[in-house]
This record gives sequence, structure tokens and C-alpha cells, in this order.
Amino acid sequence: MRRREFLTISAGAIGATTLLILARESGALERQGDDVVVPLRFLTAKEARVVSAACERIFPRDASGPGATDAGVIIYIDRQLAGPYGRDKYRYTKPPFVTSVPEHGYQAKENPRQMYRAGIRDLGNFDELAVDEQIRKLKEIETSSFFQLLRRHTIEGMFCDPMHGGNADLVGWALIGYPGPQWSYRDDIDRHFGQAWRPKATTVEQLMGHVPPLMEDESE
Amino acid sequence: MATPLKPVDIVIVGGGFTGLTMAKELCTRTNLSVLVLERGRLRTAMEYASSMDHIDYSARFRMMQNIADETIAHRHAMRDRSVPVRQYGSFLPGTGVGGAGEHWAGHAYRFTPEFFRLRSHLGERFGAARLPAGLAVQDWGVTYDELESHYWRAEQTLGVGGKAGNLRGQIVDGGDPFEGPRQQEYPLPPCKSSYFSSLFADATRQLGFHPSVTPSALLSEAYTNPDGIVRPACLYCGYCSGFGCMVGAKAQPSNTILPVLQDRPGFELRTMSWVRRVLHKSGRVTGVHYSDEEGNDFFQPSAIVVLASWTLNNVRLLLLSKIGTPYDAASGKGTLGSNLTHQVQSGTRVFFDKPLNAFMGGGAVGTRISDFDGDRSLTGDEGVLRLGSIHAASQGDRPIDTFGIVPSGTVSANWGSEWKAAAVDWYDRTAVISFIGEHLAWLQNFMDLDPTYTDKVGDPLLRFTLDWTEHEHRQREIGDERARMIARAMGAVPDDTRPSRGRYDVSRYQTTHIQGGAIMADSPDNGVVNRYLQHWDVPDLWVLGASAFPQNPSHNPTLTALALTTWAADALIERYLKSPGRSVA
Repeated sequence: MRRREFLTISAGAIGATTLLILARESGALERQGDDVVVPLRFLTAKEARVVSAACERIFPRDASGPGATDAGVIIYIDRQLAGPYGRDKYRYTKPPFVTSVPEHGYQAKENPRQMYRAGIRDLGNFDELAVDEQIRKLKEIETSSFFQLLRRHTIEGMFCDPMHGGNADLVGWALIGYPGPQWSYRDDIDRHFGQAWRPKATTVEQLMGHVPPLMEDESE
Repeated sequence: MATPLKPVDIVIVGGGFTGLTMAKELCTRTNLSVLVLERGRLRTAMEYASSMDHIDYSARFRMMQNIADETIAHRHAMRDRSVPVRQYGSFLPGTGVGGAGEHWAGHAYRFTPEFFRLRSHLGERFGAARLPAGLAVQDWGVTYDELESHYWRAEQTLGVGGKAGNLRGQIVDGGDPFEGPRQQEYPLPPCKSSYFSSLFADATRQLGFHPSVTPSALLSEAYTNPDGIVRPACLYCGYCSGFGCMVGAKAQPSNTILPVLQDRPGFELRTMSWVRRVLHKSGRVTGVHYSDEEGNDFFQPSAIVVLASWTLNNVRLLLLSKIGTPYDAASGKGTLGSNLTHQVQSGTRVFFDKPLNAFMGGGAVGTRISDFDGDRSLTGDEGVLRLGSIHAASQGDRPIDTFGIVPSGTVSANWGSEWKAAAVDWYDRTAVISFIGEHLAWLQNFMDLDPTYTDKVGDPLLRFTLDWTEHEHRQREIGDERARMIARAMGAVPDDTRPSRGRYDVSRYQTTHIQGGAIMADSPDNGVVNRYLQHWDVPDLWVLGASAFPQNPSHNPTLTALALTTWAADALIERYLKSPGRSVA
């Protein structure tokens, strides 16, 4: 059993929904002054700070709205890596592994956990760099498999249902007016033509009254 | 050592649309014992209600076969080394009771009459001498007129909504005038139209084309089918293709076929049963060999075996069981594995100055034109024999898929502040006009067993040898040009990117329409099964589904797979059972 790692987040950056999500974690949620201490499932605290900083450069909080830190993208990524996806339970992983043409997709042996560990190692003290240095660093690796994965996961963490740990307080959905899952658009699909129609967002938990079993919570 | 089990009359391998439809015909019309072996599990309606979740269902493929257990290998040409498809991409095989029929989009097209006699048709149209060498296109051996009543049965069972364009030979306004003659109007009116598909309909009509609402198995109204199954109308929630329907408005085997079967005395559904071989002796089946979840092996004796396990597994089981003659592309001899086709598809990205509210929709919600389908718009000088139809689909956009799409060349990177601002600005103002083209069969595209890679139990994977030819590249380019013209008429700006001329790409989704490998034909020299889907060499073996299609017609395959299933069931029940062991052809 690995030592339990925690990530400290400024409470100003996350809202009430996030606190609720985190409260479901095994391992107590701690509030230390203005900070919230988040128990991590896979990443170490240092790794989480590096990944979180990189996600914030991919999807920054800026004039156009909130970013990856506000949405808790790092919590989403940590849970995905800890679950069956992170260890490639649902990928064909029989050898031999061979290098092939790009049309055959990702063919390497490394699973997402291993890709993150290697990618984080290459980013070094990324979380301590100035913003323009961070941007320069990411530009150097933007064609790599790791960066493509990180970018995809950042978007997933911004716009997922909050039960997965990201999109805290529905900040991602609010940014673009996405209403999340809704029971019915039967009376609306053939109306509102040419006008933005933005119903109040709901989540799976609100619709169902509970959080259904999630893939990232499957045991080994 | 396989444990022998109590014999049954008929084993059906696969509990999806075709397998359960065959079971329904057998169990409602005979007293035979029918056992369906399904490798996945039975899902509950409650699971579907809580499945409106992009991460687990769309990003992590919760409805699909576990690719870690079994995948396919692919190579572009015989000289290449094959590699396994390690994560899902170009198509999505379903699993569990209902199969891919649980997560399908619900497009419920008929094929047009000429599709069924394409080789003859192309000869008449362009001259047999002008057809390219290497073209493996064939006539099916069954005609549209023979299948018309079976299409009607399937449409009633599913509750298809649409508008007839050709009613008993009369062209009707508002429908697709290029469809084959229908004897009946659709069971239900068309689904509602979204803003995007309405813009497409208006523009194509002004251009002189013939838009019609896509025929859909998402109920446009509450409906009771001839079996007494009651289902509610579609709610256009947008969690449809890739998901099970939370209310049962989308026709799925689990909500439309299985309820009729469940209480029948002769029927048994055995889940988590992984069939590995069809066993046979002296040209007759003896049963099947399967494994359960714990890896225990069983011998299930049976007088008749029906393969209904989707194109890939039907072909793989025949190859593994050594039934039939594998196709040899070098000599052109053999039939098993030949005529592998997928789909020729391209999407033209278009941008609007108004929001589309594109989060609303459903799998088969949309509008299409058939004006460029088949060869009706061709002169013979375009370098192609067949084109396809053009669609404006409103499946229900979700931001994990669509956030970040901006006009090409307008941002310097696909991350960071500049990109994010542009992505927020363009969000919900972009859509795709799709070209869905026929994929003609070519001699060099086929399936066999892979020499290197194996599944979870150690059996060889199925191997695709498949690549695009110049014909498919030209189809896409012409389809894209037509889509651009329509986009401009819609007041939209088509993006600068053009269809790729790249090789077949297993990592990018096309459609889940894989056809061929065990094709139907009027002679054992040209196909694996006869026109009733009965195996030419083993008369008590029947092979259902799109593995029988000699080539890919542009339209979605499910309704035809169902029509062929009841066509085969009629032959099996009314003729084969009266003199078993004989060919009904």
C-alpha cells in the first residue's frame, strides 16, 4: 500500500460542488485555513502540482472564463489514472508491440499511468516555472503522445459530469451554456431557431437521485 | 474437457438484433427448443437511465466489447505486417444482450432495388468492359421485391418513422423520390427536425434537390407494434448513438424483441457464453463449443446452428471451425472472408453565424438527400462508379467531442488562451455535413485469421487486409464538393480542410457498418451462403447479418439485416424443417 498523498488547493479556486464531490472520498477531506486538502488516488502531490499546472496552461483561466484549476481537472485525471483506464484494463495489450504506421493508432506498450509518469518526469519543476516559461516548455512537447493525452484529458475534465471529479460547480458547462443531461427536449428541438437556448444545467446525480457505479471506481 | 450439455433443437450464436429476431420467429411459429448464447450480459433499463454520461459511455466505450479480450488485426496490403487494433477507432462492436442494436443510432433505411443486383446494374449502366479490374461487386441473389414485405415487417416491429417518397410506384412529395417502391406508408410520421437539419432541408430544396427526413427507429410518437410491445416517443435527449435508450424510444433488441421471447417455453437465453467453435462432422453440425466466464468449457449439442454474432465474429467462427474454403486473394479462389467492405464517409466541417442548440437531437434525427446516391448523377467521366447520400444529422453534440473546433488557420495552437477564446466563440456554431458513400468490394480487401495475435482464450484474431483505392478517394472528394455547395446555400462557411487521401485509418471512427466475409450468392462458387443465408456446404448452418452483404450500399445496414433474417426464417421454418439436411436454394 502506497503512502497516502494529498493535494492542497486554495479554497478560493473550488466551490461547493467540488467540496461535496471530495467529501465522498475515502480519507477525510481536510480544510486547513484557506486551503482544501484533497486525497489523491494515484499521483503524488508533486506530480499533481506539475500536471495541474500544465492543464492550466492548456485551458487557462483568463478573460474568456474559468480554467482547468477552477474545474478541478486534476481530480478528474487522478481518478482516471487510478482506475481501470489508467492501467489499460480496456485496451488490447498482448505482445508483440511493434512500431507501425500512424493509421494504426497508439501501438506502444505503456499504459496511461506510465505515460503520465514519464511525461511528468520530463516536465521537471514545471509547476515552479513562470507562465511564459511553462508555455515555452509545452510548445516543445506539443506533438508528443503525452501532450495529446493531457490535452484530451483536460477537455474531458472541463466538460465531464461532475461525478467524475472535474467540471466543479459546472464551471465548464456554464462557460459554453451546455445544459448537461436532461430528460427531454421534445418540446424544444424544433423551436428556438437561430437563438441561443440555454436551459439550466442538471447532472446525472440530480436526474437519478444518486451517483451510478462509475468505471473509475471499479476495483482491480 | 468440454462438459456435454442437454441437446437443443437450435443454437443461435449471438443475442443481438438478428439472433433474437430469428429466435422470435422460431419460438412463435414452432415448438422447437431455441437456445441463444450471448457472450455479454443482460443490462437493465435502470442502467440506461443512468448512462447519460459522456466519460464512461462515449470516451471509455462502456457499451462495447472489451477490446482487451478480443480485437482485430489490420494490414493495408498483403505485403504489410499486420498489427492489432489496440483501442477502438474506426468501428464499435457492441456486446451484451442486444449487441450493437443497443447502442445504434436508429437509422432505418431500406436499400434501393439496384443495390441487390449491383453487378448487373453497373454492366447495364457503364458497360461491363468499362468496369475496373479488381472489382468484386456481385449481385446478391435476392431482389428488393422479394424483400419488400420483410422490410415492412421490420419497420412495423421497430416502429420506423418516415415519409414515403415512392408509394406503389407513385412519387410522393416530401419523401425520398429515389427509394424503391413501398407498398405501405411508414408506420409512423417522421421525427422532428432540428434547426441544423431544417436549414439543410431549405437549402437543398432551393437548389432543386429532394430532402427528406431520415427514416428513424427512434419513435416519433408513442407506438404499439404488431407484437403488442408499447414504447414511448423519443425525447431528443442527445444521449443516443453509443448509449442505450433511457426510455425505450429507440428500438433495441432488449426493448422490442426480447419482451416477446422472454416467457416462451422453448426459449432460453444463456449470457456470458463465449462460443469458440461450431462443431461439425461429415458436412453436418453437431453443436457448438463455448466457454463461460470462469473459463469452463461446454459442448452444446444442437441439430441446427445459426450464427448471428455480427459480421466479424460470424466470419471468425467459420474460419476457426474450418467450415468453408478461405478466400485466397493471390489466386482469387475460395469464398470465406472475401468482399470485406466498410464505409466511404467524409464530413465537411461548416461554421455558422448563429447558434444551433446542437445539444438536442437523437441518433437518427436529421435530413438527407439521395440526389447523388448510387450513380444517378454520374456521367461516367468522374472516375467513380457510385457515390452516396448527403446528410445533416443532429445526433446531439456534447462538448467533450465538439469543444475546440474552430475554423482552420485562425489560431496558432490547439491549446492556450487564444485557442480557448476562439473555441468558446465558435462553440455551438459548427456542424458537419456528412457524405455517406457506398464502399465497393475489391478483390484485395478480405478477412482471414491473423498468424500472430490471439484473443483472451488464445484463438487467432480475425485479420483485415483493407485499404482505400482511388475510387474511394474520388467518391469523398466529389461528396465533399457537393456538401460545400449545400453549406454555402445554407449561409454557412465550409472549412478549408479537404477529405484526406490517406490510407485506411483504424484509429478514426467511420461507421460501425462492416460487411462481407460470408457473402450470399446464387452459387457456391461466388459466396458462402445461399440466398436464404443457409451455408452452401453445411445445410444445417445458417449465417445471419451483414456478413452476407456482397458490398456496402451507402445506407445503414440494420433494417436490411432484419429483413434478411425474417426472409431466412421463412425459408428455415416453412421449407427446411420439412426436409432437414437439404439445401433450400
